Amino acid sequence: MPRQPEGPPPPPVVARVRVRFAKRGRLRFLSHRDVARAFERGLRRAEVPMAYSAGFNPHPRISWVGAAPTGAASEAEYVEFALSAPAEPERLRSALDASLPPGLDVLRVVPAGGAALAERINASRWLVRLPSVAEPALRDAVAEFLRRDSVEVERATKDGRRRFDVRPAVILADCRAGNDTCAILDLVVRHTTPAVRPDDVLTALDVVAGLRPSAPPEPIRLEQGRLLEDGTLADPLAPDRNDAGRLVG
Amino acid sequence: MSGQSLFARLEPLLPRVRRPVQYVGGEGNSIVKPWDAAVVRWCLMYPDAYEVGLPNQGLQILYEILNEQPDVLAERTYSVWPDLEALLREHDLPQFTVDAHRAVGDFDLFGVSFSTELGYTNLLTALDLAGIPLHADQRTDAHPLVIAGGHAAFNPEPIAAFVDAVVLGDGEQAVLGISDVVRAWKSEGAPGGRTELLARLARRQLVYVPAFFDVSYRADARIEAVRPNRSDIPARPSKHTLSDLDSWPYPKAPLVPLAETVHERMSVEIFRGCTRGCRFCQAGMITRPVRERNIETIGAMVDAGLRATGFNEVGLLSLSSADHTEIGTIATALADRYENDKVSLSLPSTRVDAFNVTLANEFSRSGRRSGLTFAPEGGSERLRRVINKMVSAEDLVRTVSTAYAHGWRQVKLYFMCGLPTETDEDVLEIADLARQVIRAGRKASGHRDIRATVSIGGFVPKAHTPFQWAAQASPEVIDARLKLLRDTVRADKEIARAVGFRYHDGRPGAIEGLLARGDRRVAKVIERVWREGGRFDGWTEHFSFERWEQACAAELEPLGASLDWFTTREREEREVLPWDHLDAGLDRDWLWADWQEALRGTELDDCRWTPCYDCGVCPTMGTDTQIGPTGRSLLPVIGVSAGGPAVGGDPSPVDGGDPSPVGSAAPA
Repeated sequence: MPRQPEGPPPPPVVARVRVRFAKRGRLRFLSHRDVARAFERGLRRAEVPMAYSAGFNPHPRISWVGAAPTGAASEAEYVEFALSAPAEPERLRSALDASLPPGLDVLRVVPAGGAALAERINASRWLVRLPSVAEPALRDAVAEFLRRDSVEVERATKDGRRRFDVRPAVILADCRAGNDTCAILDLVVRHTTPAVRPDDVLTALDVVAGLRPSAPPEPIRLEQGRLLEDGTLADPLAPDRNDAGRLVG
Repeated sequence: MSGQSLFARLEPLLPRVRRPVQYVGGEGNSIVKPWDAAVVRWCLMYPDAYEVGLPNQGLQILYEILNEQPDVLAERTYSVWPDLEALLREHDLPQFTVDAHRAVGDFDLFGVSFSTELGYTNLLTALDLAGIPLHADQRTDAHPLVIAGGHAAFNPEPIAAFVDAVVLGDGEQAVLGISDVVRAWKSEGAPGGRTELLARLARRQLVYVPAFFDVSYRADARIEAVRPNRSDIPARPSKHTLSDLDSWPYPKAPLVPLAETVHERMSVEIFRGCTRGCRFCQAGMITRPVRERNIETIGAMVDAGLRATGFNEVGLLSLSSADHTEIGTIATALADRYENDKVSLSLPSTRVDAFNVTLANEFSRSGRRSGLTFAPEGGSERLRRVINKMVSAEDLVRTVSTAYAHGWRQVKLYFMCGLPTETDEDVLEIADLARQVIRAGRKASGHRDIRATVSIGGFVPKAHTPFQWAAQASPEVIDARLKLLRDTVRADKEIARAVGFRYHDGRPGAIEGLLARGDRRVAKVIERVWREGGRFDGWTEHFSFERWEQACAAELEPLGASLDWFTTREREEREVLPWDHLDAGLDRDWLWADWQEALRGTELDDCRWTPCYDCGVCPTMGTDTQIGPTGRSLLPVIGVSAGGPAVGGDPSPVDGGDPSPVGSAAPA
C-alpha cells in the first residue's frame, strides 16, 4: 500500500493575485527556472500565505505566464499566486519585493478577476539595443526583412533543432539611433509556438541582409498584453487594477 | 587602480557562455564592501564549478567570519568553465570574484579550499588567469599570498610549489589570526616583504610554509628527510582545532544562490569530528576530537537560517549525524516545530542502525518516504573488521526490514572496493548482502516490488589514516572485481531485476591516490597535465587518465618513481611519509599499531563511550571531546511558524520580510 500524506488536506484557496515584475541588470541572466526558484524562496521569506498543492510533495500554487528568455531583461513579466489567507496587495508587493534579490523587482500586485491572465496576453513589445551596429545598416536590414513574406531561421529548442518562420509573428519592426554608437530595434512580436524571440529576429536579419552584430544584443521586454488594432498592447492587469488597494479574499 | 569592478567588460562575454548566471553574483546574503574601507582583503576560492562550490560550508563560514571584521573584506571566486576561460584569455580579463567582480590578483590573500585533490589543476587555471605566477618562488610583493586549506591540504606536498602557505584544520580562528598578522605587517609598511610576512605567520603557528622546509631523497626515490630551513619556526606545524562550536554558529546567514546548485538546501553542522575510528576515513581522523553543538544552538541556527534564506530543506550535517548525543530530541523537536511549515529535514550521513530509521521516520512524518542510504562499506564481515566498520549482516537486515516496514521504498547501500586485504570473495559477499536485503524487504513490506541500489566507490588510501601505509588496489583489480560482482548479481534470477548498480571506473581513483599520497615531485605531473589542457579532473567528461598517465611517465620515471610507486606500493613502518612533518594530532605509533590491528582484523571501539585508546589527538592538541547530552531543549521560536502571515490582512503593522544585504556593506 502506498502511504498517504498524514493530516488534513491543504487549506483551500481563498484569493488569487496577479503580479507584474521586472528582471533587470545582471539578473537578466536568470533562466526561468532560476526566477521561479528565487520567487519560491522570496515568498517564504516574506511569509506570503501561499496555497499549496496536495500530495506528498506540496508545491506553492504559482502560475507563470510566458517567461523572458535567459539573457533578456524585462519590465513586464507576469505571474499569478493562489493564497490560503487574505492579503492586502500593496503590502504583499512591498514585502515580496524586499525579499527578492535586487534586480527581481515587484512592480504591481492586483487581485485576480475575470479572464485568465494567459488570455489577456498574446504579444510582446521589445526594445533591443545593438551596441556596435550602425543605424543605417540596421535600417536596411529591417526594410529587407519587412519586404519578405517569410524568413525561416533555425534554433535549438527543448524539442531539438527546429526551423520556423519568423516573419508572420513580427507585427512591427522599427529602428533608430541610440545615444552612443548603438542602434535600437523596436519590435512588437505576436506570441506563437515556438515563441519568436528577439534573437530569432536578429538571426532573420542576418539571413536576409547579413547583419551580424559584433557585440551581443541587449533585449528588454517593455510590455506584454493583448494586441490592439493600432499595434499597441492592452495592459493585462488593467481590468483588475481598480481593486489594487483593497483586501482580497 | 586596484579593486575596480570588471563587470562592464565581463558582461558582453556572458551571453556567449553556458549558464552565465553562475558568474553574476548577487546571491542572497552575499556581501560587497567598499574596497578602500578594508585593510585586509581576502579572496576565497572553491576550486570547482560554481554549482559545486557555492554550497560549500567551509567557504561560507570563512566568508561570513571575515566580513564581520570591520576592516576586513572577503569575496569569493569559483572555477570558470573552459568556455569562459577561453573568452577571458581572448579579451585579456583575469580570474574575478563573483561578489564585486574584482581581479583576484588585487587581493592580499588568496585562500583556496580543497575538499578533494582533483581540484589541483583548477588551482593552476585560477592562478594563471589571475596573473599570479604558478610557482610560489616566482611571486613578488605585488602578488597575493596563496593559502591552501581544507581536508586535502593535510598532505599539501603535491601542491607545495604552487602555494605560499597552508592552513591545517579548522579555519575559523586561523583566518582571523592571519588577518591580524597581515594587518599589523601592512601598518608597519610591509617590512621584509612577503618572506617576512610568511615567517611571522609561521612563527605564530598559523600556517605551514612549504618553502621553509627542505626535502631530501634517497637513492631508491624514497624521502630521506624533511627539515625546516629556518630556526625561528616550529619544526612540526600543527592543525587548528576550534573548541566550543556553540560560540561559532556560522554560517548565520547562508548564501542563497540565484543559479541552480548541487545542494538546494541549508545546512547546519551539528558536530565536528568523529571517533568511530573507520580506518579508511581521513575526515574522521583529521577532525578529532568530537565537538557537538548543543540542541539550543542547533535550533537557533535552523530558525535563523530559514528566516535568512527562504530555503525549505535543512540538512543536519556531520560525519555521522545519528551519533549526536541528543539526536533523538533534536529530531523530534525540529519535526514538531516544522511539521506544518513545508520545511523538510534530513540527516545526510547515517549508520546501519534501526535507530536511524526511527530518525528518518520523524523527518518524513507527512512527506514521501523514498530512499534511505546505508554504508556498510565492506562486503564481508571480515573486511568490515579490517576497516573497523562494525556492522553485521544481521544489523543490516534488521535495519532495512525496519525501513521497508515503515514505508520506505528504496534502500541504497554504499560499499568500497579495493580495501586492504580484500579478495574477490569479499566483494562477492556484496551480492549475498543484496540478496538478504531484497528478501528482507519483500518479507517486511509484503510485496515483491522492492528495490535496492548498490553503489560502489574505489578505495583511495589517505594521509593521516591507519591505511596511509597500504597498497592501493590498481584500477584493473577494482574493475575486474566489480565486473565479477555485477555478473554474479545479474545471473541471480531472484534479485537481478531488484538490484541496481552504480559504480565508477577505477582510473580517476588512481590519480586521486597519486595526489593524496604524493610528495613535492608530483607537482611537475600536475603542472604538465594542466599545461596539456587538464581541467575539472573531478568531472568524468573532462578527466583524461591517459594525460595523467603520460605525465607521470614523463615526470616521475626519470626520478625512479612512477604512478604505481605512489599508489600500489605498500610503505614500510619507518619510511618517511611526505606529510610526516605535519601534525594532525594523531600519534604515528598509534596509527601504525591500528594498521597492524587492521591486518589482524581487530576492531576498535569509539572512545566516546569506551576508554581512550590513545590516538594522541586530545593531549597533543590540548583538546577534549565535547559531547552532551546537555539536557537542554529546543527553545520556542517566535513568529515564523506560530505567527500570522506578515503580508496578510492582519491590521497590526508587520515587518515586511527580511531583505538580503546584497550590494550593501556588511553588518557592523
